[in-house]
Amino acid sequence: MTASFPDMRQQVLVLYLSTSALDTAVVGWSFYDGTGRTDSMAGDSDEPPYATGLDALRDGWRLIQVSPLLPHASGDEFRLGYLKYEFFFEKLLPPA
Amino acid sequence: MSEAVVEDNDLLLDSRQMARFVARGFLRLDAVVPAHINAAFLAALGQVDTGDVANMRSYYGRIMTSGAIPAVPAGVPLAAAYPEGSPLADLLALPRVRGAIRSLVGRQPIFDHHFLHIAFPPAFYEAQGLRQVSQHNHQDSTIDPRAAFDIQIMYYPHDVTADMGGTRYLPGSHLRVVSEAAIARYQNIRGQQHVVCPAGTLLFMHHGIWHGAGINRSDRLRYMFKIRMQPRERQRRLWNTTDLPAPGQPQRPIFWTGVGGNEDSIDAILCRPEPWHEADTGRVEFINRVRFWRYLLDDPEVDADYWVRRIENDPV
Repeated sequence: MTASFPDMRQQVLVLYLSTSALDTAVVGWSFYDGTGRTDSMAGDSDEPPYATGLDALRDGWRLIQVSPLLPHASGDEFRLGYLKYEFFFEKLLPPA
Repeated sequence: MSEAVVEDNDLLLDSRQMARFVARGFLRLDAVVPAHINAAFLAALGQVDTGDVANMRSYYGRIMTSGAIPAVPAGVPLAAAYPEGSPLADLLALPRVRGAIRSLVGRQPIFDHHFLHIAFPPAFYEAQGLRQVSQHNHQDSTIDPRAAFDIQIMYYPHDVTADMGGTRYLPGSHLRVVSEAAIARYQNIRGQQHVVCPAGTLLFMHHGIWHGAGINRSDRLRYMFKIRMQPRERQRRLWNTTDLPAPGQPQRPIFWTGVGGNEDSIDAILCRPEPWHEADTGRVEFINRVRFWRYLLDDPEVDADYWVRRIENDPV
């Protein structure tokens, strides 16, 4: 690292939305804090941190990955598995 | 609930209870196990509340080797799993418990496995320098695309308070085909439940329910005993079906519905969304519930709110 790019850590927010649109409701969420400021785990909150994905953008989160929209395989159109609309966000902060 | 039907001293479930199980994947019976069985079960474990536990591993080991809970081979009849007169045999002989088991998996279920889950208080983690963390969300066993289903009975032998971190589970997740801990990434999902219950409560879960143990922030140990069982027979109309609607009933209006309607009808139960449903796959959940209901009724015609008949209408 150079002096102009200080040592940073990643905070990762994962939001699961009700559709592929960022301005729709959050139905699931996870948070992993590489700065060491907080410690999150399964079942630690029953209310989402943001109402929509767009609200996270407006609060400074950078979108880094979106789940693709995949065609439905013939004969398997109605099998459901993992949450469908997954959005990864990040913030970069100095370590705690 | 309709009037209970008793057969061979079993209190069978009714059709709405079964439809709710189809839609949400669980049945909860609060305080159904009487206090004397709860006390006998905990006493057999040599249960302590707190303080006498040297460390978590040795405490588990002592109970596992004590014989208080037998080591039972997988695949034997459930009826042969527990000695007559033992607390667990008495629990399984309760008419409401027998009726629920019979309604869900039939008269002679197969024993799969059992396990005593203990959630230790923070002091035990602090003493060993360990991070106290809740269990990740998971679906038990492995990928399981069967139409048939197993049940897991979760038995809470003492009161579970909110700070004890009772089992977390996601209603309606049971029809999603996933691979065990592959869902561990999901920390929180709208509508997730945390068990808080009186002593003697049983939770009958479809094997596919997403769940995980919560973190115990109390100063007492929390115990939960789980028994998994499988059907030996085809799961066809095993509950009290006398309250089912007559065959050939017309579908109710959908979307433009007018006012009123029976919110406790089987159609309404099968088509009630969960808070976590995605907009499009929530509809697929309804389709999969109807298909599950058809399987249990052995009736390829039954539908709810026209979700399946619509996509079957393919004139040639």
